[in-house]
Amino acid sequence: MLDDFLNQFLPSTVGGLVFGSIYALVALGYTMVYGVLRLINFAHSEIFMIGTFTSLVVITAIAPASPLTGIALFGVMLLIIVLSAAVSGGAAILLELVAYRPLRRKGATRLTALISAIGASLFLQELFALVIIPWLTGKPGRNQQSSPRLVDRDTVFSIGNADVRTDHIIVVVAAVIMMIALDRLVNRTKIGRGIRATAQDPEAAVLMGVSIDNIVRVTFLLGGAMAGVAGALYLMEFENTVYNVGFVLGIKAFTAAVLGGIGNLRGALLGGIVLGLIENWGAIFLGSEWKDVIAFTVLVVVLMFRPTGILGESLQKARA
Amino acid sequence: MKGNGVTGNANPLRRVGALVDGARDWWEHAKAWQRYAVYLGAVVFALILPAPAIGTFMSPGSDWTTVLIYPIGTYILLAVGLNVVVGQAGLLDLGFVAFFAMGGYSVAYFGTEYGWNYWATAVMGIAMAAVSGVILGAPTLRLRGDYLAIVTLGFGEIVRITANNTDEIGGARGITNVPHPTDIPGVVDFGLLPAPYYYLIVIAIVLVIIFSVRLQKSRVGRAWAAIREDEDAAELMGVPTFKFKLLAFAIGAMIGGLAGGLHAGRAVFIEPNTFPFILSATILAAVVLGGAGNLPGVILGAFVIAWLPERFREVNWLKDLLGRDPAEYRILLFGGVLVLMMALRPEGLLPSRRRKAELHEGTGGMGTMGAEVTGPDTDVSTEAAK
Repeated sequence: MLDDFLNQFLPSTVGGLVFGSIYALVALGYTMVYGVLRLINFAHSEIFMIGTFTSLVVITAIAPASPLTGIALFGVMLLIIVLSAAVSGGAAILLELVAYRPLRRKGATRLTALISAIGASLFLQELFALVIIPWLTGKPGRNQQSSPRLVDRDTVFSIGNADVRTDHIIVVVAAVIMMIALDRLVNRTKIGRGIRATAQDPEAAVLMGVSIDNIVRVTFLLGGAMAGVAGALYLMEFENTVYNVGFVLGIKAFTAAVLGGIGNLRGALLGGIVLGLIENWGAIFLGSEWKDVIAFTVLVVVLMFRPTGILGESLQKARA
Repeated sequence: MKGNGVTGNANPLRRVGALVDGARDWWEHAKAWQRYAVYLGAVVFALILPAPAIGTFMSPGSDWTTVLIYPIGTYILLAVGLNVVVGQAGLLDLGFVAFFAMGGYSVAYFGTEYGWNYWATAVMGIAMAAVSGVILGAPTLRLRGDYLAIVTLGFGEIVRITANNTDEIGGARGITNVPHPTDIPGVVDFGLLPAPYYYLIVIAIVLVIIFSVRLQKSRVGRAWAAIREDEDAAELMGVPTFKFKLLAFAIGAMIGGLAGGLHAGRAVFIEPNTFPFILSATILAAVVLGGAGNLPGVILGAFVIAWLPERFREVNWLKDLLGRDPAEYRILLFGGVLVLMMALRPEGLLPSRRRKAELHEGTGGMGTMGAEVTGPDTDVSTEAAK
């Protein structure tokens, strides 16, 4: 058992970092919306799913005969990421407009909003399974859809017995760049200040001339765009997607957000990476079919012992 | 009728509500014999419901009695159980199917491995479900409501995946040859015919409804209402909120376990995929659609959500139009209905008055959302406050 663990420790760590980066990007959306609205955006996982399908359509349209390298790869990756981010961001804004804004206007309870979110999530999944995926791909909507290979699985360097491949590096580097960009945006720009102000005290923010509706829209746009990027990276790495790909991944990303301290951007990064690592290390002992159980158990345990997460929940202070 | 004042309202859902208000006023002032007449009518209705004359319209394509047992009866039982948690205590449970699974697997496992009597396994199923409800609730019920929702969702998945990965309980293949309920000599034989199971589930539903109504009117029910409306205030007034929330969880779980046991005893075969997340969501949709907290509403909601997809399956022109089984669209529809209901009529089709008032005041579960500042364009519904 211990031998197994030592043998697989480094490869699992690499896998955990790759998964963790994707969790972290999706977790950002949960954390930002929670920070501003105190709402678990349950349909965020579907925004991620939309990102994977946008990428699938683009990759299939480009249809590289062989995996790309160099500048062509960079250009195509950039295109896929930008388009996925745009489509997912747009979908997130639409989601807010349809499912949450009417409730906000009425001062609805959070229970109401959460149920609306679940409804929106089911609706989007089924809409894709029944209508959009068959229309996009011409295949049955509930099947796994696989994408052509975009990046070669070349080993760039090895640490011990762990091979670090090109695609691993792309996922982690892209995720880190996006997170730094978002962090800068929230902490350095005027709109970011508006987001932080709204998270701290919506009433005072309104008095200071912040347009809440605008801020909420931007929050959904940013969170959605991050999920879109995550979707693009996910598709590039795993090369398949399905209409409910977001369901389990969404719960795990939410777990990551809670683990790091919900409402806390840097916490989402930390939580994502930690969750990815725990899950992969745990799978060495128990087998990979228990991965999801490990992640959900982490969620329960964290909420039991430290519901504010590793970095603390005081989103406003951590970000201010 | 009392609802005349709102007939001019453009929102059709509110007009439905106005009609319902009339019936409710009558009910509130009904004499004891009138109420008992209604109860008697409901029981007689349940007894003659499987009649083929009704079945040919309600379910032309498949056996009506079987449809009445699953999905309709089972959904009603589950919805009444979930209503204790969501409607009465105001806790959002997204993993309710886990308790259904606990009941089902207990009956199947103890029946096949140890050859226990069915009724003993059914009691065991209820107990197992209650224990798992307490195990899940004890660490998580101190959390804020929305966290609880996600944790219960995770728990539902943990139970399903664990069942899938554990070979002792059949793994992904599930458990076959689950024993039927033990016959009661001279009274009833449980075989392959659906009728005895139907009456069994009717008895279970009636018992659970009586139990639920009595609870609602007791000190426990008042404590739940207080917790739902304002947990902090309830705690300050001396209500041990944690204990009562745990009780709600356990009772809801027991009803879920009962439903699972009944299902396993009839279906003879259960597997992990009998208990997907989507079933939790469907039952939640039933509770919310009907009117969380109000039993007639919840039962109506469960009936509609269980029956409509079965009925539309048989509508040929719809099948031709869509090019596939119309029942495949049910989850799409449930999702859309949940969003619409929350925007237009969050209290459901047949709400309890109290629940309706709570939801329009912005109390009634988990507090309000952030970033909702009353501005000049805010639509504050005052007419619904009473």
